Amino acid sequence: MILHAVERVLQTILVLLVISFVAFMLIATLGDPLGVLLPPDATMAERNALIARLSLDQPLMQRFLSFLGGIVQGDFGLSYRTQEEVGGMILERLPATAELAIASLVITILIAIPAGILCGVRPKALVSRVIMFVSIAGITLPNFVVGILLIAVFSVQLGWLPSFGRGQTVSIGGLETGLLTWSGWRAIILPAITLAAFQMTFVIRMLRTQLMEVGQSEHIRFARARGLSEARIWFVYAIRNALLPTVTMLGLQLGNIIAFSVVTESVFAWPGLGSLFLQSVQAADIPVIAIYLIFVGAVYMLINLAVELSYPLIDPRLKRRGA
Amino acid sequence: MTAVRGALHAVRSAPGPSMAAAVIVGLFLYALVVPLFAADPFRLSGMSIMDSFTPPVWMEGGNPRFPLGADDQGRNLLTAMAYGLRTSIIVGVSSVLIGLVLGGALGLLSGFVGGRTDAVIMRIADVQLAYPALLLAMVIDGIATAVYGRERSAGLAITIVIFAIGIALWVQFARTIRSSVMVERDHDYVAAALVTGRSKIAIVLQHILPNVMAPVLVIATINLGIAIITEATLSFLGIGIPLTHPSLGALIRNGNAYLQSGEWWISAWPCLVLVLLVIAVNVLGDHLRDHFNPKLRGRS
Repeated sequence: MILHAVERVLQTILVLLVISFVAFMLIATLGDPLGVLLPPDATMAERNALIARLSLDQPLMQRFLSFLGGIVQGDFGLSYRTQEEVGGMILERLPATAELAIASLVITILIAIPAGILCGVRPKALVSRVIMFVSIAGITLPNFVVGILLIAVFSVQLGWLPSFGRGQTVSIGGLETGLLTWSGWRAIILPAITLAAFQMTFVIRMLRTQLMEVGQSEHIRFARARGLSEARIWFVYAIRNALLPTVTMLGLQLGNIIAFSVVTESVFAWPGLGSLFLQSVQAADIPVIAIYLIFVGAVYMLINLAVELSYPLIDPRLKRRGA
Repeated sequence: MTAVRGALHAVRSAPGPSMAAAVIVGLFLYALVVPLFAADPFRLSGMSIMDSFTPPVWMEGGNPRFPLGADDQGRNLLTAMAYGLRTSIIVGVSSVLIGLVLGGALGLLSGFVGGRTDAVIMRIADVQLAYPALLLAMVIDGIATAVYGRERSAGLAITIVIFAIGIALWVQFARTIRSSVMVERDHDYVAAALVTGRSKIAIVLQHILPNVMAPVLVIATINLGIAIITEATLSFLGIGIPLTHPSLGALIRNGNAYLQSGEWWISAWPCLVLVLLVIAVNVLGDHLRDHFNPKLRGRS
């Protein structure tokens, strides 16, 4: 059990090293950092200082090691576009994206899990059929079309909610948050639903399939024969077996969700990491693109590692087998 | 080519998929025929600012010359969308073909040779799986901008987008073909061909490849939907294909700016065409998947 965990952690570190190397090679081979970062009238001393700062005078492997060392210490290099520290730019944008991600996750949990359970327990009911029909939209509609549709209905037609920006933000300990103001709450609703559309559909369909399968299995029939109440059967026994594959599959979709956050942030002019990445792609700002690649890879790997290592908590059978 | 014939038969025998196929054929005809008769609405000489914001013909102020209305530049939306749809189809089909050839070659190699080659190719695939097609295509486009500079021709930009999406799609093809090849590899006919002295390359291409075509066809159809959405999203975000070149995503992006002032038709029609195409392709893909793999039937 512990051996397996250690092995998986080492694998994850290895993959992250590979990703970092690819990202480093992008920075090392593309673009002309001296030409972009130095003012035209720079002195030789300034030039040498920048060369030392970016360690351009060292062999490639040495530079990769100092690149890794920099990342560990929070030094992510300089952006070619704004000439600022990449780390600072990311930190400034991170709260907006984190708020959006958390809001969409809350919406997913509040809506998709009950809806998925309903569809799995009563697959033939009219409500379930309606939910399944609507959920086709979440899978087939491109993310930006969902956003435009929501804006057209709720901001243009009905005028209930704003269509862009974060509303008013409050600063707490240096971090800006929009979740403490009324306008911030109103502003986050539409983008959060847009981002949640894909996850919700995914969770509903997975839960339904899993529950319908689990419902056929021996232990559920046995529980029914023992005379347990339907509620207890589904919510205590069946849900445990259905939740594990759903969480696993959702973890594997994380990359997609991050990509959709770029699109959602663009549609709603949400000032988060996604729009930073988009601006960097448009300006070919390789250092920011490379760091974003590492960031996305790290988030994906770590969350999937956490999901996998938490299996025994959700499914006790695995604990016994592993021990 | 029995896989293709089987697929055609499967489509004809069910009402939903045959409707989807009809929609796809109709949209292909629209995209290929209309540009033959109508001038490119993106050429400056054909535009007239006087016609801008003409609403669809059934609304007040509509003009029969613009059945679906005109955009802010006075482009006829009916013809502009045909040109945009043509770009979507060209980019979608070409990028799936690139993903198919690249992933197919690596998948065949991985499955037939096995060993260390297989391990290396599959580890690369694992790492790439952390990044969805859309994100990778964006990164590849950003790299291309760094290499070729901001000012590049529309032709080069479209080629870059095709390759960006194609490279982003190879993993699924490679994995599918690899697992099919691993099953086929142990069959008697492969051993028989080896005994008769055929070369390994000939065996892979002539004997094994035709037998793994069915799942490839399914993946290709499903990925066509992904490729079309990816291209539209890139164009919508203003990456890749320049805004002066017709594409559905660019039309939607442009129309999005006028949504607030009530000119809904500029973005609504391209959205509708895009969604129709993607739904039709997905229905077809789902049906082919169920047809070739009955075990998956009814799963999401």
